[in-house]
Amino acid sequence: MTLQADRTPSTIVADQRQGRRTVGRWQIRWRRDVLPTAVVQALVAIVGVFFLFPYLWLVLTSFKSVPETSQVPPTFWPAAWHAENYLAAVTVIPFLLYFRNTIIVCVGVIVGKLVSCTLPAYGFSRVQWPGRDIIFYLVLATMMLPYQVTMIPLFVVFTKLHWLNTYWPLVAPAYLGDAFFIFLLRQFFLTIPPELSDAARVDGAHELDIFWRIVLPLAVPALATVALFSFMNTYTDFLTPLIYLNNDQLWTLSLGMAGYLGRLGAKWNVLMAGAVLFTLPMIILFFFTQRAFIQGITMSGLKG
Amino acid sequence: MTKRTRRQLVTGLLFISPWILGFLALTVYPAGASAYYSLTQYNVLGSPHWVGVANYSRLFTADPNFPLSLANTAYLAFVGVPLQLLVGLVAAILLDQKVLKAKGVFRTAYFLPTLMPIVASTVLFIWILNPQYGIVDDLLGLVRLPQPGWFADPTWAKPSVILLSLWGIGTTMVIYLAGLQGINPELYEAADIDGAAWLHKTLHVTIPLVSPVTLFNLVVGLIGAFQVFAPLYLIGGNGTSGSPEGSLLLYALYLYANAFQYLQMGYASAMAWILFVIIMILTVLVMRTSRWWTHYEA
Repeated sequence: MTLQADRTPSTIVADQRQGRRTVGRWQIRWRRDVLPTAVVQALVAIVGVFFLFPYLWLVLTSFKSVPETSQVPPTFWPAAWHAENYLAAVTVIPFLLYFRNTIIVCVGVIVGKLVSCTLPAYGFSRVQWPGRDIIFYLVLATMMLPYQVTMIPLFVVFTKLHWLNTYWPLVAPAYLGDAFFIFLLRQFFLTIPPELSDAARVDGAHELDIFWRIVLPLAVPALATVALFSFMNTYTDFLTPLIYLNNDQLWTLSLGMAGYLGRLGAKWNVLMAGAVLFTLPMIILFFFTQRAFIQGITMSGLKG
Repeated sequence: MTKRTRRQLVTGLLFISPWILGFLALTVYPAGASAYYSLTQYNVLGSPHWVGVANYSRLFTADPNFPLSLANTAYLAFVGVPLQLLVGLVAAILLDQKVLKAKGVFRTAYFLPTLMPIVASTVLFIWILNPQYGIVDDLLGLVRLPQPGWFADPTWAKPSVILLSLWGIGTTMVIYLAGLQGINPELYEAADIDGAAWLHKTLHVTIPLVSPVTLFNLVVGLIGAFQVFAPLYLIGGNGTSGSPEGSLLLYALYLYANAFQYLQMGYASAMAWILFVIIMILTVLVMRTSRWWTHYEA
């Protein structure tokens, strides 16, 4: 075996002419395996900084003192960890009240969406009836209408019903179906073997029985996705509460956070602490439901 | 119709009855009502007062904020959305590399921003991009680079909003990732055999084969540009001014202002219908031209 030290340019050229491998095994490995991996890891890490640094800065700022936040150049780590900022965040604005309000609305919406979307999805997939697929296209077509078109007359209707400054405008529509979730659930229901339904029908079961006792239990992952996305949309919603909730005792967290931002003398460190608390439920939820989350997004994108 | 078919029909209709109710109450009635309102002047307190096409003509001739809001929205749509697609795809490609270690960790990291409620992330970015105390301008100052005014500067406000949207690119990226994972590896192997370099493979295998995903993300992104609201409202100081200097007065914000601030329901309804037409035209255009650049795997 030729040692690397014996390799002069002339011997390398001579070897090349005779078709022998002229690059050391380690050099090959470096070029083929180590270098691409290192480059990719570095790029991914650099891009990762863009996504993670704001989060880091959010948390760091939330523990700083007020003079530290207005200092230039700023400190990186807080000089002392002011956990009282978090206490301030839940007292300066009625954070817990807003959190309770938000949860009330979320639960109302989740229940509504589950009820009003599973039944139609079942009807569009597990029951054969004339005109079914045409009407399903109609369901899809309604997704093309921008919310602004329906927003104004709905506001008028809700005003005439004296539903302003109540949660009804936020929750009631959830009980009337949602084209996107109906679509999602229908696609899922279609993957359940029809033989299961047929066998139950032969045994004399009613359609509602089959729905409740056979199909729904098998659809728990899809139901979880619907619940998850309903929660996410409602928890973070800003426009609908803004339109209907003038009474600040009824505000949701989105409105509360916006309200504090607009307040004179709002302190950045407390504001950041509030933002952390506001985001925390979403992050916790994500870590418990990662697969459902990613699957839901993927389904919506690929089937869309 | 046989008795059995009729029974099936009744069953089917009963199952979809929540949707039928919703369709009538939340789609058909409001769509009709808003079309009617758009031909009236209506402030909710009184009754609608018929004005014919006056709202539409005022929008197109006598209201400078209308073309302004369209121009601002067009900027977000035609600069922001392509950027979003690019960043989403690049991030997905990076995460899809076979040689990458700790893939799950990075994917979670890239996705984390989308978990932040939009109000919170807007507040965070207002802080980070604060021209006086924000970390970004502080860092730029340290390396003697120019320090833009970001949200406070009319020329930088929209790019800053785009930057915020790029931070939350996780959803687009996840959809792209799923699309990437659906690409048959044999196609890459065939390209390898032909001696294709990495760039060549990306341009001629990856991008064409995720084009259906690109189409979806493109349509969704364009429609989204017309619906962006929360960041614009918050950055403009919890109001509809679209400040600084109207640079953030996008279509959805101006529509909201007309409806809920000026209580001009008729005028806002006219804007809503124009919006519908614009989105229809855009969607049709994109779908038509997509024939030239999308490839569906046989």
